[in-house]
Amino acid sequence: MKLPISWLKDFIDLDGLSVEDIARKLTLAGLEVDGIQYVGLPMPVYDEGEKHEFKTSGIAWDKDKIVVAEVYEVKPHPNADRLTLLDLFDGQQQQVVLTGAPNIFHLKGAGKLSKPIKVAYAKEGATLYDGHADGLVLTMLKRAKIRGVESYSMVCSEKELGITEEHEGIIILDDDAPVGMPLADYMGDAVLDISILPNMARNANVIGVARELAALTRRELKKPTIKFKTDGESIEELVSIEITNPELNPRFVLGLIRNVEIKPSPYQIQRRLKLAGMRPINNIVDATNYAMLELGEPLHAFDYDVLKERAGKKNIKIITRPAKDGEKLVTLDNVERTLSSLNVLVCDERGPLSLAGVMGGLESEVYDSSKEILDAKGVEIKDGEIPQGKVSIRSRSTANILLEGAAWNFINIRRTAKQHNLPSEASFRFSRGVHPALAETGVKRGLQLMAQWSNGIVAPGLVDEYPLKPKSSTVTITPKDVKRLLGIELSVEEIVELLERLEFKCKIRGSEIGNRKSAKKAKPITSYESQITVTAPPHRLDIGEGVVGVADVLEEVARVHGYDRIPSTTMADRLPPQIGNPIHEWEERLRDILVAIGFDEVVSYRLTSVESEARLGITGDYVRITNPIAPERSVMRRSLVASVLDSLEHNIRLSESLSFFEIGPIFQPVKNDLPNEPRKLAMAMSGLCDASAWDVKDSKSFDFYDMKGRIELLLSGLRYTNVSYASTDSVKYLHPGKAAQIKIDDQTVGVFGELHPLVKEKYDLGDAPVLVAEFDLETLRALNPTYAITPVTEFPPVLEDIAVIVDESVAASRVEALIRQTGGKSVTNVRLFDVYRGDQIGSGKKSLAYSLTYQAPDKTMTDAEAAAIRNKIVKRLEQEVGAKLRG
Amino acid sequence: MLEQLNEIEKSAMDSLQTIDNESSLDAWRVTHLGRSSALMQVFSGLGALSKEERPVVGQAANRVKIALEAAFADKTGAVKKSALERSLNEETLDVTLPGRTIHVGRLHPSTQQLRRVLAILAEMGFQVYTSREVETDEMNFQLLNFPPHHPARDMQDSLYVATEERGDNPILLRTHTSPGQIHAMRQFAAMNPKDPPPIRIALPGMCFRAEQITARSEVQFNQVEGLAVGKGITLSDLKGTLVEFAHRMFGQNARTRFRASYFPFTEPSAEMDVECFVCGGKGCAVCKNSGWLEILGSGMVHPVVLQNGGYDPNIYSGFAWGMGPERQLMLRYKIEDIRYFWGNDIRFLEQF
Repeated sequence: MKLPISWLKDFIDLDGLSVEDIARKLTLAGLEVDGIQYVGLPMPVYDEGEKHEFKTSGIAWDKDKIVVAEVYEVKPHPNADRLTLLDLFDGQQQQVVLTGAPNIFHLKGAGKLSKPIKVAYAKEGATLYDGHADGLVLTMLKRAKIRGVESYSMVCSEKELGITEEHEGIIILDDDAPVGMPLADYMGDAVLDISILPNMARNANVIGVARELAALTRRELKKPTIKFKTDGESIEELVSIEITNPELNPRFVLGLIRNVEIKPSPYQIQRRLKLAGMRPINNIVDATNYAMLELGEPLHAFDYDVLKERAGKKNIKIITRPAKDGEKLVTLDNVERTLSSLNVLVCDERGPLSLAGVMGGLESEVYDSSKEILDAKGVEIKDGEIPQGKVSIRSRSTANILLEGAAWNFINIRRTAKQHNLPSEASFRFSRGVHPALAETGVKRGLQLMAQWSNGIVAPGLVDEYPLKPKSSTVTITPKDVKRLLGIELSVEEIVELLERLEFKCKIRGSEIGNRKSAKKAKPITSYESQITVTAPPHRLDIGEGVVGVADVLEEVARVHGYDRIPSTTMADRLPPQIGNPIHEWEERLRDILVAIGFDEVVSYRLTSVESEARLGITGDYVRITNPIAPERSVMRRSLVASVLDSLEHNIRLSESLSFFEIGPIFQPVKNDLPNEPRKLAMAMSGLCDASAWDVKDSKSFDFYDMKGRIELLLSGLRYTNVSYASTDSVKYLHPGKAAQIKIDDQTVGVFGELHPLVKEKYDLGDAPVLVAEFDLETLRALNPTYAITPVTEFPPVLEDIAVIVDESVAASRVEALIRQTGGKSVTNVRLFDVYRGDQIGSGKKSLAYSLTYQAPDKTMTDAEAAAIRNKIVKRLEQEVGAKLRG
Repeated sequence: MLEQLNEIEKSAMDSLQTIDNESSLDAWRVTHLGRSSALMQVFSGLGALSKEERPVVGQAANRVKIALEAAFADKTGAVKKSALERSLNEETLDVTLPGRTIHVGRLHPSTQQLRRVLAILAEMGFQVYTSREVETDEMNFQLLNFPPHHPARDMQDSLYVATEERGDNPILLRTHTSPGQIHAMRQFAAMNPKDPPPIRIALPGMCFRAEQITARSEVQFNQVEGLAVGKGITLSDLKGTLVEFAHRMFGQNARTRFRASYFPFTEPSAEMDVECFVCGGKGCAVCKNSGWLEILGSGMVHPVVLQNGGYDPNIYSGFAWGMGPERQLMLRYKIEDIRYFWGNDIRFLEQF
């Protein structure tokens, strides 16, 4: 919300507070100021290295050089038809100023003006925005000759002064602008850009912010006095209201003003609306917007005569009701909208007039025949574009206004505004909750402003249907509550004082504090246990009941007291039970080992597409997103291998060697229930084994056994012992001859292997083989071993190499298992160091060479003892797998 | 005899003079000090000498032997020294050639930052608590005091999962780790429903929002929340704990400020800002000239949330706060594009 400081000053005396002071106080109290735009007021000057506080923009108007002036004659330029020369008085002397402004051009050559025009006049040396440049470029006003006439000063447009982007014409000030007054004093301003939190909807208006500021600075809130003359027939005789669903429409108020003259609002009003981010339309529409920005109650103005016409000149009856499914309404942006039963309509007996709380209907909108503009949003609608048969094109400007102020169900408005994608200032407020009490105040303020700006006469009375009054929340708190939840000691009187600043009504043990003069005399005796009964003021809907209400009220105590004044303490409570998080800790260990063996961790999008994973041959149901942000992020991943392959593909040309891993969940749908989220580890590698260097060339590429070695390192790092590997051709994305299942205690914990060539073709993965592995972490973790270390012996081992020739079909793991079995505890290490195939040993055979370590735990093993064991091993191998000792 | 010894000594010494390498030295030792050397023959011939000659010649031979041995030792030292000098002079490397490296794996920056945060929290007594990423509307919103269609939901646009009609309880991707607060409170409360134990946990994990992927917004991000529940926990405890956390996280001199804020699941709520550690609070592009960085949102656990977790809000109170590890990294390392995190480009990952 954009809030001009000048407007705030209507309701609170801000003497002694700088713009930054105000912004700081509001920010700390929850009305965060995102930025300050200076529009004339002096800007803070920071010394080198001094602390800034807010994002600051805008321009300050030099008091000596930019002043209010009056133009008393518009003369033609001797050498240029489009330019004029203005004779003006700047409060000190007469000046002649050159301008090309079109909005003053029609007065050219009209002689001395009967009523001088007030303008913003900048003298030589003034700093302004360059009106002709794109964007905001500061420039200093210099002496120049334009078409033979010397120019050293100018009358300003809004762009030049930083008010808006408007540069089509010059600013024409209100008639009462004092000539010679520095413009900064007359209308210098600063605009606070305030974020309104959902629970602060009550402050999305000038009075709301003024009230907060008054509470925070202990100043008085000057509420507007709403008074106006009334005349003519009372509205109560002419209009009636029927509310069909009070839950959706708790209150509906109508007022009537007659004989308005539609014209532009005073310049100062237009300026405030513009700074607040709204476009001025005419005095009637502006009055509704101005009252809304000031009080927070959105208003809607109907053309009374259009409604009267529709009612066949009879009395008007306004009906509010849910729309029928498929019912249609042309809203004032000239869009025909198809409605649903969710939407609430304001109707008369002939049909819908407006979409309640969100946007008015086109037909009954305030109409200014002098302009083509019909639309409160400022979109130009030309006559020809009005849909035939939908709207009667009116030839006469609106003269009589029926003004609506209502209360709506905020959830319903929120859904309606979303459904029709109609965010507006009105729906912004109504969808966050506007107290029904404001409906009446809002209508009265709107009527007052219309009467002031349009010479209209307000009809006596209001029509006010108020079937559902909100319950005013009453909460009981004690100083003990304040201590228990905020950690500060406040007396009853201090608490009451803080809350009353925000207009809460407080009672202590039944005696009312506040306006009662006797309160001073008969001061109640209060204590830590004293109960304060707190009633929320009639503009707030955010204070709850019971224990929730207590929290709501305590938040207000803390806010007004000041968060900065709450001490910092440490918790005194006992320590909680220590349950830890074994899964998390275990996964962190996994990460450490993987990083140590050379893998880089990646973290991928959980969201992917079916097509992307289909490349791996993954089929089946997915967790599907109904409102995806993009087609490639429309389902939750089913494969973590797909995730790491995406990273591999992305980087394939960025490095000669890549090793990635990811740990995280995949998502398996369960019909109409939450999906399973099993946690996985996926690894992928491709490229060169060794980092190339200036003297290391032609390193070989990673293959199956590089991946296997790393898996072995990982599993031994995790202390798994009973690990085995079995070839598999059942993993769709793996090469059927270069794939293995990883088993621990005969349970499959994962698979790995080389990526299937047909799968690889579907990625952009280069020429080198791609190795991938995938583990199910739940299975792996369930097998988490307990282990004891073996003692380190002082006795020397016997080391010996043996080579055996076996058939190709005999798995190396079988040979090793037999060696270990036969050797028992005496063989402490078996390491395969060579595999040989060749003519010497015959075809279909292979030679496996092992390095064996013989060791006795309690003595020195002799060569003879080692030889005996070796002979047993060789014999066993002969018997079991037909092995022959290689000579 | 004595003359012969002098001769032996002189010729040995002379030939030693000319030697300049270790192999010649070896040969010299064999020739002049070896078993069959002239000197040794003198020793073995001692027996044949007269009683009078024997000690004289013996002493003289010993003197020559000692002299030769000493000369040999000196020469050996000199030869070794000069050989070393030669090799040191010859074996000069270009030390500016690049070294041969091995590939060392790296943790993803988000993991690194999560570890930093969780390590500090662990020392402060907050244990890691993790929970699922796909949740029901009830767990993600309703039990956390976001009623259906509440305006506060605008702050967190959700991604919904396709299911059969589930009314007001659709399945969605969690928008924050806060459903874990309910899971944890219920788990702890179940330990002793009549007098639930205190809780101090850290909730890390991936969260999701229906936001377009741009330099400034992401569809997924990590969050870490802290939650403390117990008897007599106050807003001042929240301040004290978070200030301590900020000192550990951002330096002992990090200045903090608390602003009133709003989150449906806490009340009172506060935003904690830390003085911009890029410019020291003077104002820069990172802090948008404000001097402060928004680091975390916090507040006293809302009574409705305590109740939904099985903790009586009349007896228990607590506080919670949430922060984003990726945001912290972006501020710390001036990362201007949030897409780097899940892009997994090694040129980014290698910088951590």
